[in-house]
Parts: sequence; C-alpha cells; structure tokens
Amino acid sequence: MRCPTARGRLSSAVREALLADRPLDADPDHRLDPGPTADDEGDRQLALWMLFELHHRGFEDVPDDAEWRPDLLALRRDLERDLEARWRELAAPLLAEHAAQATGDLATDFFALCEADTGPSVAEFVRRRATTEQLHAVLRQRSVYHGKEQDAAMWAVPRLDDEPTAHLLAVAYDEYGNGSPDQVHSRLWAGGLRAAGVDDAYGAHVGEAVPEVLEQNNLMAMLGLQRRLLPASLGHLAAFEVTSALPSQQWVRGLERLRAPEELTGYFREHVLADSVHEQVAVRQLLGSYLGGAPDRRDDVFWGGAVCLLAEGRAGAAVLRAVGADEHEVAA
Amino acid sequence: MSAPRCAVLLCADGPLVVRGPVTVEDEQGAVHTSERSVVALCRCGLSAQRPWCDGTHKRAGASGG
Repeated sequence: MRCPTARGRLSSAVREALLADRPLDADPDHRLDPGPTADDEGDRQLALWMLFELHHRGFEDVPDDAEWRPDLLALRRDLERDLEARWRELAAPLLAEHAAQATGDLATDFFALCEADTGPSVAEFVRRRATTEQLHAVLRQRSVYHGKEQDAAMWAVPRLDDEPTAHLLAVAYDEYGNGSPDQVHSRLWAGGLRAAGVDDAYGAHVGEAVPEVLEQNNLMAMLGLQRRLLPASLGHLAAFEVTSALPSQQWVRGLERLRAPEELTGYFREHVLADSVHEQVAVRQLLGSYLGGAPDRRDDVFWGGAVCLLAEGRAGAAVLRAVGADEHEVAA
Repeated sequence: MSAPRCAVLLCADGPLVVRGPVTVEDEQGAVHTSERSVVALCRCGLSAQRPWCDGTHKRAGASGG
C-alpha cells in the first residue's frame, strides 16, 4: 500500500518525513498538545499507525529502512508511552472489579474477565438490523485488523519458552491456514470482501478508519512489538479468541439474513469452530504454561486481556456511530 | 519408535480438546471429520454444530460445554 493521506499536523509531519526521506519536522510538543477533538485523535492514531506499519509491510512509496530511523522511533516511543499510560488508566476499573471476584484459578478468572460488558456489539447489530450498505461500511472498518489477523501476536514467538511457543503456534497454525495458503484467514477475509464487492487490497480502508479502530490496531502492534509487554500481548490474544466464537455466530446469522456471499459468511462460520478451539488452547495451555514459568506476570496478562475487551468495546461503539446505527443500538 | 500418544484436555465448563485431524462417529453412526490440528468436541450438547464445540456453552452458562 501507499502511505495514507494525512489527517492533521502530526500525521502530515510523519507522512512528509517518510515520503521525502528527510528528518521529521514535528512540533516537539506534539504529545503535550494532542488536542481535544476527535480529528486530533484521528491524526495522532494515524501517525502512530503509520509508524507501526513500517514494522509490518511498510509502504511502497517509502524506503524500507525508514523502519529503523531514530527520529521516527523516538516519536513512536513518545506516542506509545502516552498510549500505554492511557490504557493502564482505562483498564484499571475493570481490573479492580475483576480482582474483587477472582478465584485464583486462571481459566475461571480469565473467562470471567471476558464476560465483562464493554460496549455495544457490532455482531449483534449485523445479526439484527444492518443493511447491506451498513454491512459494507463495517467490513471496511474491520479490514484494518483482518488484513493482519494475528501478525502482531507473532512477535511473541522468539521471546517465549518452548511450551508456550508450541501452544501459541498451535493456534497460529490454524489462523495461517494449516499450511495451505488458500486457507490463511487474512486471505479468506480478502476473498469474502471481494465477493461482497468491497475493495480487498491490503490497507485499502485505513483512510476512512475511525480513530478508535486505528487505536485498537495500534494497541495490538504496541503489545506485540515491545518485548516488555509480552505477557499483555498473550493476554490480548487470548481475550480476542475467547470473545470471537459467539459473535461470529451472530455474524453468520446476519450475513445469512442479508444473503451475503458464501465466501464472506464462510469466513465467520470458520471462526465459530476455529475460535471455540483456540480459546481453550490460548487460555488453558498458552497462558497456563506461560504463567507457570512467570507467575509474577499474571497482572500483565490480565491487563492485556482487559485492553482487548475495552478497545473492542470502544471501537465497536465508534463503528456503529460511523455507519449510522441508531442511537438506541449504540447506547445499548 | 512408538506412535505419539493421544492427548485429551477436558476443559472445565467447556469442551474436550484433542489433537487433530480426527474422525468422530456420533451416536447415530454418522461420521464427521476435521483436518484441524486441534479440535474441540462439544460436551454440553448445546452446540449447533455437534460434534464440534461452537462456544454456545458460554451463552447457556452450562457446565460441560
């Protein structure tokens, strides 16, 4: 993909620095002046998304070695610090509430955390009342994530001991097609989009992604890239798996109601069964074996889980607003 | 060299997880196959896609999903 269009001061400075291959000309106070409006938030999240993308596939109009430019890494580090601090704070009430009811049994407690109601459900909206046009708008927002699927969590592989590595890769093997390129989930997703008449090119819809969707993706990249946050990355992955099968059932029903193409419905049908397996492996075996060797990282694992749940809640609410779901739905 | 031992994970309030690929013959004699590297088999009877777990045990609050 090409470097996306800027949304404001910061993303414009990053874009210019990338395209012209010259040092970043950002206001040194960029962090202190994030601005109160949604536009500013979108500007900041897009700037960070662009910096993270350098570590994924990069941009065809940007030199590959921009990935390791010190000026860009320094900005990324500043933005990540803000992002992490914000999400430590945002997750604190949910984690406090959860801790009060914790039993000490990992699986019981982790599944209980994932029962938390963190916002309106996009899947329920799709099941009950989305129009085809609204469905397509939802798909475009979701495509920011689904083009990558578990990529960010894969940075954990070289950092883990043998046992959690094996369990992580048992989950990933399915995500990445069990050795068949045609079954790689991001390719299934692209096939579903294509069949529905939605542009399936990698990164095609980043330009219209709402700030909360960019933030949700930035969080995954941050947890994945920073070795210090490894336990949170695992917790995030596990919570993602735990909260996938039932919503995927709702997606299937909604897509059947809308007579969506089978390629698209099949993507969600696959996730009902796949993620019913993945959630057990991720919580009991991946988190279980990881925390067996690092029991002092339990809070970090649960923080990562809470980040996943809360970011999905916020992104879901924002997506519903963006596609014009009625107020009642968004408030539900 | 002996064949790898079949490992089964019984999940509390959840399915039975076993290494795939598997062939399952159900109570009616129908045969179901899965090529997944790991599969989850329904234990609560509520799955709409038996013998595979579809996560419904959580919605039902049932024990033995």
